[in-house]
Amino acid sequence: MERLKVNLCGIDIDNPIIPASGTFGFGYEFADIYDINKLGTFSFKGTTKDPRFGNPTPRAAECTAGIINSVGLQNPGVDKVISEELPKLAKVFNKKVMANIGGFSVEEYAYVAEKIAQCEQVGWLEINISCPNVHGGGMAMGADPKMAAAVTSAVRKVTDKPVIIKLSPNVTDIVSIAKACEDSGADGISLINTLLGMRINLKTKKPIIANKMGGFSGPAVFPVALRMVYQVASNVKIPVVGLGGVSRAEDVIEMMLAGATAVQVGAANLIDPCACSDIIDKLPEVMDKYGINKLSDIIGGAL
Amino acid sequence: MNQKILKVTENIPLTSNVYKMVLQGDVSEVKTPGQFINIKLDGFYLRRPISVCDKVDDTLTIIYKVVGEGTEYMATLKEGAELDVLIGLGNGFGVNASGDTALLLGGGVGVPPLYMLAKKLIEAGKKVTVCLGFNTKNEVFYENEFKALGADVRVATVDGSYGTKGFVTNLFENVDYSYYYTCGPEPMLKAVFNTCKSSGELSFEERMGCGFGACMCCSCKTVTGYKRICKEGPVMKKEEIIWNA
Repeated sequence: MERLKVNLCGIDIDNPIIPASGTFGFGYEFADIYDINKLGTFSFKGTTKDPRFGNPTPRAAECTAGIINSVGLQNPGVDKVISEELPKLAKVFNKKVMANIGGFSVEEYAYVAEKIAQCEQVGWLEINISCPNVHGGGMAMGADPKMAAAVTSAVRKVTDKPVIIKLSPNVTDIVSIAKACEDSGADGISLINTLLGMRINLKTKKPIIANKMGGFSGPAVFPVALRMVYQVASNVKIPVVGLGGVSRAEDVIEMMLAGATAVQVGAANLIDPCACSDIIDKLPEVMDKYGINKLSDIIGGAL
Repeated sequence: MNQKILKVTENIPLTSNVYKMVLQGDVSEVKTPGQFINIKLDGFYLRRPISVCDKVDDTLTIIYKVVGEGTEYMATLKEGAELDVLIGLGNGFGVNASGDTALLLGGGVGVPPLYMLAKKLIEAGKKVTVCLGFNTKNEVFYENEFKALGADVRVATVDGSYGTKGFVTNLFENVDYSYYYTCGPEPMLKAVFNTCKSSGELSFEERMGCGFGACMCCSCKTVTGYKRICKEGPVMKKEEIIWNA
């Protein structure tokens, strides 16, 4: 459907709906339920240089209209992602995929990016400098404009494919970090990663999450995400991918009006495995209701 | 896995805080005993994973304990209520692995998934001994239902108020068995693991995000690599288990 098409960093996608990293695995769990080729693309599970088990369990806690997770970048490592996960994905997904990359040093980000960018299936690289659940990397990289710039430059040097930097909301000045990434050669910005949160078990009087704190996502964070997308989109020229609490077609339109070129859907996939498929089906109807002809017309409409 | 709307046709207390719920609809996706379903409840963000106790035609029976706000709400649901449910989740028990004599060991709300298992094993002509453990007499449920299947049923209570005083591991000294299946609290699983000499299968529990393998919230380490309790589990083979320190 032409009405839903957008161009994300030079690549046309059929619609702006992108399952967010960490909520969609490497796609095939969902391919059992619906044809995932219907998606714009999806961002696969955050991949690091070495295999990681991640954090101790419990890793999940329920919140009002959301979930806290502290998975800690569990993944099989870049070599196995390339040799095992991507070939498996190729059987169920024939579009370009967004490769999500995590790391603990500038060199590690560049190492993984260089390897993964060589995979033909990979359309975009999404560099996660915002994971709240790992130490010595992740969010620490995304909280400082200088570090964000250093990671962006290093990744920029190893690939010509579009590089999207995924930012944390747990910072005082999101705009300065986004601009630092833009100035260092990023092709796009995605935001927001999860908000640092916690829950305490009233019976044990201790934190529910083994790691005590975790990343809060779900519908409750949508207004915060929307505000930050708006702030960043107002101040950078590169495309912004909006995410955070998006669960309905209406949320997608709001995100795009705030300046998002494409929209990621995260926690909703965990509750309703068909969430993204349902949103794509519902978009034309909601667009009609609000007098929207083409989604590409409304990007940044509220700025 | 698939997603279905199921209708509540029964929701009754079995003990002061354990309820039996019968759900009706297209439940064909439930294939093996030990699988679970994940129920969406109004006002709660995450689904509630509950193991399947029995499947007859187009109905599923689940047995759940009220342990928090979600299950408190479940207990208030009336006949006719419709629930959005993901069904056929997880890897269940290997019914064909048992040999001729199976030992089933359940503790508390770990008992329910063993019911459908016992039924399948007895249908397949196996001799089944069921050992059920509870804290106290008031908490005992499903003893007669297992007996009605034709199983040799033994009950232990921790305080000795009913059956044998002690744990499920006190109930099978004189039983010959070729294989065991167990579900219950982790200390019980560990005791069973250490006591039973035969091969067997253990069903685990963990806080889950999605329940179908996407979020990696319920991962555990096994001899054969990292597994997700919700996807490769909840049932694990004895030989693959690594106990947490």
